[in-house]
Amino acid sequence: MTLLAASISELSRQLRRHEFSAVELTQEALDRTHDLDPELGAFLRVTPDLALAAAAAADRRLRDDPTGASVLCGIPVAYKDVVCTQGVETTAGSQILRGFIPPYSATVVNRLSALGVVPLGKLNCDEFAMGSSNENSAYQLTRNPWDPTRVAGGSSGGSAVAVAARLACATLGSDTGGSIRLPASFSGVVGVKPTYGRVSRYGLVAFASSLDQIGPLGKTVEDAALVLTAIAGQDQRDSTSVQAPVEGFLQELRGGVRGLRLGIPREYLEVGIDPGVRAVFDRSVSALAGLGAEIREVSLPTTEFALAAYYVIAPAEASSNLARMDGVRFGPGSPAATTLRGAYEDSRHQGFGAEVRRRVTLGTYALSSGYYDAYYLRAQKVRTLVAQDFDRAFAEVDAIISPTAPTAAFPLGERTADPIAMYATDVLTIPANLAGISGISVPAGFADGLPVGLQVLGPYLGESTCLRVAQSLESELNVWDRLPPLAGAAG
Amino acid sequence: MAAKRASAPPTGSIAPAEVAHLSSLARLGLTEAELARLAAQLEVIVAAVGQLAAADISSVEATAQVGELRNVIRTDVVAPGLTAEEALGNASVTAAGFLRVPAIQ
Repeated sequence: MTLLAASISELSRQLRRHEFSAVELTQEALDRTHDLDPELGAFLRVTPDLALAAAAAADRRLRDDPTGASVLCGIPVAYKDVVCTQGVETTAGSQILRGFIPPYSATVVNRLSALGVVPLGKLNCDEFAMGSSNENSAYQLTRNPWDPTRVAGGSSGGSAVAVAARLACATLGSDTGGSIRLPASFSGVVGVKPTYGRVSRYGLVAFASSLDQIGPLGKTVEDAALVLTAIAGQDQRDSTSVQAPVEGFLQELRGGVRGLRLGIPREYLEVGIDPGVRAVFDRSVSALAGLGAEIREVSLPTTEFALAAYYVIAPAEASSNLARMDGVRFGPGSPAATTLRGAYEDSRHQGFGAEVRRRVTLGTYALSSGYYDAYYLRAQKVRTLVAQDFDRAFAEVDAIISPTAPTAAFPLGERTADPIAMYATDVLTIPANLAGISGISVPAGFADGLPVGLQVLGPYLGESTCLRVAQSLESELNVWDRLPPLAGAAG
Repeated sequence: MAAKRASAPPTGSIAPAEVAHLSSLARLGLTEAELARLAAQLEVIVAAVGQLAAADISSVEATAQVGELRNVIRTDVVAPGLTAEEALGNASVTAAGFLRVPAIQ
């Protein structure tokens, strides 16, 4: 059994008892990645020297100040490649950022580094986090560890797979329309989409700035909560980050669900849920009811328009954010071009993949004169309706539960030729981003051998409730330590 | 044509010439073949998002940003930042501490 199969708090106890060192734990993570990742494709780059140096520093800290050291000290983690890491190439899965070495690190990276976390490397993702399957990465395919013929989910596919295959103890992803929760569901791990503003976006390569949030993925709800506690909180470098206490995530984790009112949105069950996924969901509902939760039906009537609103707003913001990708200040550029316009067009033509081109064009269309009112303004008003739906629902219930996605992981290539089918993958996750509320996907069982997640949505700054519901289900089902076939013999 | 569209509900139609214009605005440098393929895909996507026309938005304001944020202006204090060398470290072409680009024509 690999050391990486244990929970973070267990590993931390063992590190403090000197049963093994952080260097040994890190070396095991690096060895597993070396052995298993050629097939999985989770990592875009591994940074063994940085990792081992950080692990050695963590060992010194654990020896010199064992009581003062964080529970995360010496714990190996990895970052989605949209998170800037000083001195380590950060591409966002795009050719246009090939060779980009950030001169600074994201706030989330600095906060974890300060606690003695060990950075293993950078994880594959859909280009600029645009995708639901990881098939839009410009660099490589990431395979689902439960079935290598299936997608990992996206856009934080590498982040989910690295945790699922026990290559890292926890990872960071980003969630703009479901990009943490969806791959977490497909790969059988926990993924948290924090409230908008809960976690600093400083140093995150921007996709859609009013929707993007960085969040943790972990084996267990507690692991994810530990990382969330470390990265959450206001940051003067992100004016949209909010000041709110974060201690409750861990304190309230094991509060149980007795007496909690959990709402099932009737519209979420009408989107064509796969029967296997529905069966897992129904069992989860029964389990939560058995633990004392009060289950109610709620209505989120704007659900039918949320997907369309998202696919106007997110591309519109992306088309603006990605204007900076011009090959001048970063990226390979176009040294042979003779005009500035030609240099921009060469860089962007060579640098952007098909999905990014689609979304930039769609966003440019939605924002252009004559279409702005019909698409962008209308979508922003629908966004208000989506938020009002949640406000009404959370007046009646403490949290909302649903499947994370209508299906389990689908076969590689199944949706790449059909953007609408790919976009529909996110139908149950997107509304939370539009409303800016908190959410989590927690493993809830299996359908035909593939993991299925339960999504728990909480109100604005309601992470504690989401985590508590997820923890209750995790404790009841006890499936979190089931390892995927591609986690190797060491698992 | 554009002005007429604005007053009518979205129809989902998008002409290849419009896609060429959008590609030009966004500096995507797409080829004829890429434009044709993209136009066909956008046609479908724009039709799908066109269902927004059916939403009753008569009673709501637009939401650009969620949460309870307000502008907070702090005192402007000089703090350490990137050196010119660091800021230019990823540029493809530099000259004498500047970014070098082809002439605007």
